[in-house]
Amino acid sequence: MDTMRDRFAPVVSRLLDEDPRVAVVLAEIGTDGFAEAERKHPDRVINVGIREQLLVGAGAGLALTGMRPVVHTFASFLVERPFEQVKLDLGHQDVGAVLVSAAASFDWPAGGFTHMSPGDVALLDTLDGWTVHVPGHPDEAETLLRHAVGAGDDRVYVRLSVQSNQRGLAVDGARFLTVREGRGGVVVAVGPLLDAVLDATEGLDVTVLYATTVRPFDAASLRRATEAAGADVVLVEPYLAGTSTAAANDALADAPHRVLGLGVGRGELRRYGTVEEHVAAHGLDARSLRERITGFLAGAGARVRS
Amino acid sequence: MSITAERASHTYTDLPRLMGLMTGDEKHGPAATSTLDVLWVLYDRVLRVGPQRMADPERDRFLLSKGHGPMAYYAVLAAKGFLPVEWLPEFGSYDSPLGHHPDRVLVPGAEIGSGSLGHGLPLAVGTALGLRAQGLDEPSVWVLIGDAELDEGSNHEAIAYAGPAGLDRLHTVVVDNASASHALPGGIAARFEAAGWSAETVDGRDHEALYAAFTAPHPGRPRVVVARVEPKNI
Repeated sequence: MDTMRDRFAPVVSRLLDEDPRVAVVLAEIGTDGFAEAERKHPDRVINVGIREQLLVGAGAGLALTGMRPVVHTFASFLVERPFEQVKLDLGHQDVGAVLVSAAASFDWPAGGFTHMSPGDVALLDTLDGWTVHVPGHPDEAETLLRHAVGAGDDRVYVRLSVQSNQRGLAVDGARFLTVREGRGGVVVAVGPLLDAVLDATEGLDVTVLYATTVRPFDAASLRRATEAAGADVVLVEPYLAGTSTAAANDALADAPHRVLGLGVGRGELRRYGTVEEHVAAHGLDARSLRERITGFLAGAGARVRS
Repeated sequence: MSITAERASHTYTDLPRLMGLMTGDEKHGPAATSTLDVLWVLYDRVLRVGPQRMADPERDRFLLSKGHGPMAYYAVLAAKGFLPVEWLPEFGSYDSPLGHHPDRVLVPGAEIGSGSLGHGLPLAVGTALGLRAQGLDEPSVWVLIGDAELDEGSNHEAIAYAGPAGLDRLHTVVVDNASASHALPGGIAARFEAAGWSAETVDGRDHEALYAAFTAPHPGRPRVVVARVEPKNI
């Protein structure tokens, strides 16, 4: 199967053809995919070199003139390294852009911690007005990239990863999807962790929601799900554990509820290896997830009985 | 009093009074006025801008990157009718649009908000790229930075890119009041020249010299004018 990132350049190249407002800004990473687009649109495919402050600043400058910049590099160099540019050049200047990252939390484990960005979504959460898409399949990535670029002058983050579910679902760029219905808890699976969550909850009486747009957080769908399934909620996120716990708590603020936030751990593993090994190390494989989810839900029963 | 009615009467000699509305004193030290002559010459004779043109895609863009000490900037914007003189005395108060660093969302005529150093030049590079991509060949892009602001590495990302990219609509004015603790080795102009910019250093108080430097042709290359003024700490 191809990766989300394989879709990125072809989709955005078509958008460059379709919409004269669109411009792509790169910092060496990802330039190969845009070679043909650059020949067709030399002024709208821009590579600033390995200069990430300029990458975001120049993207914002393009937006100041009315363009729709699509800015791309690895998550650690797109959100973390130039974070003040994201905060000020986009947010404070009140202009929009589409930031598209690759490499995610640990797409390249052998590359080590310098190329891992489990904290990207949590960092963006400190800012106002960001839409965050976390596709779980290349087809969804394509859909969500189109949504992102077409979202007026909004500030949108699209988090691409080599982690993927087996098949894509019909995501709409806003709502959570109900994948399975039950009566004993709600599990929210984010992006590429859906397959693992479905395996982990096989035979359990829980509702599974699928989230590919996590900001704004679809509070209405979560509330609705808890009406039938009860207000024990497990979030399973492919980035820093607990990133959406506050959003889930806010969604359920007027009712007694419990939230367990699962995701990538804070501690640095200092391990290389494979994606699968890192998934397991963070307890995000189906077996670990099942153990943690059932433990949490059993705790709820014990509390009710006592 | 309407903005346009007052504008007609304002000249360079009114600027100390307008600044005094913010500072409470018509006498200002060199630090407060380091940018004043550069700003005046630009707004009076060089920039194709005006209060009625802020939505015009063909206008020149002036980005004040050195947002510290914006009194001279606000005074010039008021003198040129971008904002009402009546706003000046409330400078920095809760309800005033005029902060100690400018906010483009609040200040009519301000192309960017600034305050954190080192953001204007990268934004100006993107602005130049955006105008070029839209086939808007007329507008020039200007950014004003301070000599100590050049310490920020983000500027050097922009300088090193803009020269080889041939962004000839891009103009940087460095107001040099020798405030950097560690001056750029080799000098400011040399740093830009090494990256392929057209560069000139002039007396930042001499209006004719500034005007000549601002309007000199520089085909195929971005332009920097280093405007030297009195050292900040004397």
